[in-house]
Amino acid sequence: MDSVIHDVLLVGGGGAGLRAAIAVSETNPGLSVAVVSKVYPMRSHTGAAEGGAAGAVRPEDSLEAHAYDTISGGAWLCDQDAVEAFVEEAPKELIQLEHWGCPWSRQPDGHIATRPFGGMKIERTWYAADKTGFHMLHALFQTTLRYPPITRYDEFFVTRLLVDNGRCQGVVAIELASGRVQTLFAKAVIVCSGGGGKIFPFTTNANIKTGDGMALAYHAGVPLKDMEFVQYHPTGLPFTGILITEAARAEGGWLLNKDGYRYLQDYDLGTPEPKPVKRSMELGPRDRLSQAFVKESQAGRAVSSPYGDVVHLDIRHLGEAEIDKKIPFVRELCLKYQKVDPVHDMIPVRPVVHYMMGGIDTDIQGATALDGLYAAGEVACVNINGANRLGSNSLTELLVFGARAGRAAAQFAAAQPAPSAALIAQAEDEERRLKTEFLDASGPERVAPLRKEMQAAMEAGAGIYRNAEGLNDAVETVNGVRERFQRIGLDDHSRTFNTELVSVLELSSLLDVAGAVLDSALARTESRGAHQRTDYPDRDDDEFLAHSLVYRSDDGAPRVEFKPVTVTKWPPGERVYGRKASDV
Amino acid sequence: MSETLTVPETVILEVFRYRPEVESEPTFDSFEVPFHPEWMILDALNYIKDDLDGSLSYRWACRMGVCGSCGMLANGQPVLTCATYLESLLPGPIRIEPLEGFPVIRDLVGDIGDFMNKLSDVKPWLIRDEEKPVEDGEYLQTPSQLADYKQYSMCINCMLCYSACPVYRLEPEFIGPAAIALAQRYNLDSRDEGAEERMDVLSQHDGIWGCTLVGECTEVCPKGVDPAGAIQRYKVSATMDYFKSLLMPRSSS
Amino acid sequence: MNPGYRLYYPRWYRKRVPIFWWLHKRSYAVFIARELTSVFVVYAVAVVVALVLTLNKGEPAWEAAMSRLSHPLVITAHVLVLFVILFHTITWLNLAPMAIVVKLGDRKVPPTAVLIGHYGAWFACSVVVAWLLLWR
Repeated sequence: MDSVIHDVLLVGGGGAGLRAAIAVSETNPGLSVAVVSKVYPMRSHTGAAEGGAAGAVRPEDSLEAHAYDTISGGAWLCDQDAVEAFVEEAPKELIQLEHWGCPWSRQPDGHIATRPFGGMKIERTWYAADKTGFHMLHALFQTTLRYPPITRYDEFFVTRLLVDNGRCQGVVAIELASGRVQTLFAKAVIVCSGGGGKIFPFTTNANIKTGDGMALAYHAGVPLKDMEFVQYHPTGLPFTGILITEAARAEGGWLLNKDGYRYLQDYDLGTPEPKPVKRSMELGPRDRLSQAFVKESQAGRAVSSPYGDVVHLDIRHLGEAEIDKKIPFVRELCLKYQKVDPVHDMIPVRPVVHYMMGGIDTDIQGATALDGLYAAGEVACVNINGANRLGSNSLTELLVFGARAGRAAAQFAAAQPAPSAALIAQAEDEERRLKTEFLDASGPERVAPLRKEMQAAMEAGAGIYRNAEGLNDAVETVNGVRERFQRIGLDDHSRTFNTELVSVLELSSLLDVAGAVLDSALARTESRGAHQRTDYPDRDDDEFLAHSLVYRSDDGAPRVEFKPVTVTKWPPGERVYGRKASDV
Repeated sequence: MSETLTVPETVILEVFRYRPEVESEPTFDSFEVPFHPEWMILDALNYIKDDLDGSLSYRWACRMGVCGSCGMLANGQPVLTCATYLESLLPGPIRIEPLEGFPVIRDLVGDIGDFMNKLSDVKPWLIRDEEKPVEDGEYLQTPSQLADYKQYSMCINCMLCYSACPVYRLEPEFIGPAAIALAQRYNLDSRDEGAEERMDVLSQHDGIWGCTLVGECTEVCPKGVDPAGAIQRYKVSATMDYFKSLLMPRSSS
Repeated sequence: MNPGYRLYYPRWYRKRVPIFWWLHKRSYAVFIARELTSVFVVYAVAVVVALVLTLNKGEPAWEAAMSRLSHPLVITAHVLVLFVILFHTITWLNLAPMAIVVKLGDRKVPPTAVLIGHYGAWFACSVVVAWLLLWR
């Protein structure tokens, strides 16, 4: 089998992967870097992010304030040492990206502009109109083109990590254009392949967000952390699930129920003011807003639509000029995908699965329990987002932890010997497995029905509000799907750009991720942030101020353990939004 | 909208197929898919793949017009399939083909490697004589300076412009609309100092001078980048630079 | 099974560009028509240059040229040429704002201003040439 060898290998070419690749080259220009992605990097889902990236730069802001907002927003499940490192490096990374050409929006005097965002006391969200992720991704991608040591393997699907002697030493990947299975050795591997929102049927996520990186690490024995925390973004378009950015609310949008009433005031989120008030009402944290929607809907006060219950996002009072200047993409999306002009009409929205706070367990350098394996971005869980991520922290997280993982991996790789030849046998095993279990598979089951059944089970059992019965039902259904998956059959047995093979492999990853989410959700018998259990409605800091860690086992149920959260300066307190509190 | 227009139950898609392991020439497969007014072409393709023929290969990801993966020809027009309603192509049959100008690997998937190389060639990054350290903060840029290049930074690399450009088809060496627009994006960025470096690449015969201003690229661009405008502006500035260097050889450009 | 297929080396399909590619879309046909009008521009310039050179050759040569140009068929043809080069000029002038983007301080000069500037310059030149030919 053909093989190549690099020093550091990135799985995934989105914001975190590209930032890590640059960090490796900057740390040690002599190292060869491989960026292996199942899509061309400019297609990565980072590009769909809209709102902004947080970094404390205003004179009235402080690192402590950013840290406190993040930690309280995360319901105190965040590792505070990681958050402290994160908020400190945030402004520097954002300025570095500006130096690399990112077109941040500006104040009239030429300095960076910031906008308020959900859950943040002070304006600290940098933005590039409302296509921040798009501009960040393209700035990063175009910058990587100037580093000769970075080699790209575009449209290569990684199927397995190569592990020997307790060290990760490379990957096996399929070159999609030809179907050839390739071995890519590396002295360090950084997984930056994004989250797994496609375990749910209704999500802002692109088709490619299938949790492949999480599954890779999971199969290599690395635990997945805090998987039960799935964020529902409060404002997604019905039917498509397309994201309407939080910036629409930050600029002053209102959420109205069927009576035209700003219902968030009934949910301890403050009193309605005509202008947006930070950390209040529509600028509250995402989990509380999504939960408020569910309650409104149960009370029969949501708006009925052909696609289920929705509420209205009203930005008409902002005026056409402001909308076209600050949130033009929102208008474009509404016109195109909802046939609604937000200048004149209200936008129908409902909560939609958006982000996974959980992921591969890493430390604050991005290292996992497996030597030589690092992770950064949405696929990783450091954990700085806790039980609920604040908007605009994720884009910054890509930069900060992408860079940290890159630097750590570069140092590690420089000290390693060449990968061992014994791994070729593992790679050949993998090639055989791919052929017999997938490429040649001709069982009676089909990918699409299995995927849809799993997604429906997840929505029913692991939605915004969960209970033991619903979760157990979902576990049973997903186990059933997994069992039938063994008898999968393909229409396409060819090798050349076989996208059906890709969807089967992605379904395999999705099943792993879904199982991890359900098992973690069952084990955490409390409600915190985005994980709400109607059978355990209270937050339990005595037992559960801890991260869940789920380990894969070959037989039977995976095992779930807990490890305590790192608390440095901020003891757990009450999450207060919209009213004055003594400790805010 | 006329009252006699009835909403059909189904619509036919004629889809380009190319299976190099099975055939040496492409064919067309006909599929009947349900019609929904809110469906885009992409939804119809997904229906085909999920329910009718799992072997149909095509690219897609974001389904919201920002990743640039899903460019294809619909009835001969280059479009983003995630942003084109089936309704706009009624009554059908709707012909779906891969973008022109690129060799077809399989079904609706073309190889864009040529574009990726050209993208690197135009040096699409911020070039400065001296980098300011991060500690010193951001380069100042007024909103007006940002507006100078903003439009050209909106390119999603969907390559509909390459598909529309007859020059690219007839002369594949041509650098092409998106690459030149991206070069302009950096040339016009007030923080950039690399215009001269890019000029060497772009003022070749295959660079801006390959363009004969057909203008189709701007017509099909889904993001309003106006690559044709970018190229013509560049021609004007390149010509002026040339004359300046002739007339005033001693002044630094 | 395609006997031409070699494992892991699929042959990519490259579509041939048909000779009449420009008839497939209206915008392409208009483009080709516009490009062909340059031939007529060259012809018109050649006629003017030839006339200027004839001026040097004295009165009888000039009279001969004039009588040739006054033939009804020639006049008809030249009227057609006039329309063609008007089409050429108008399509190219209309494209001027695309190529010429001027900033005065912080504000961009509106495209209509560029357009009017070009038409105005054309008009002014035509007036000068007409005055030279007809009054002098």
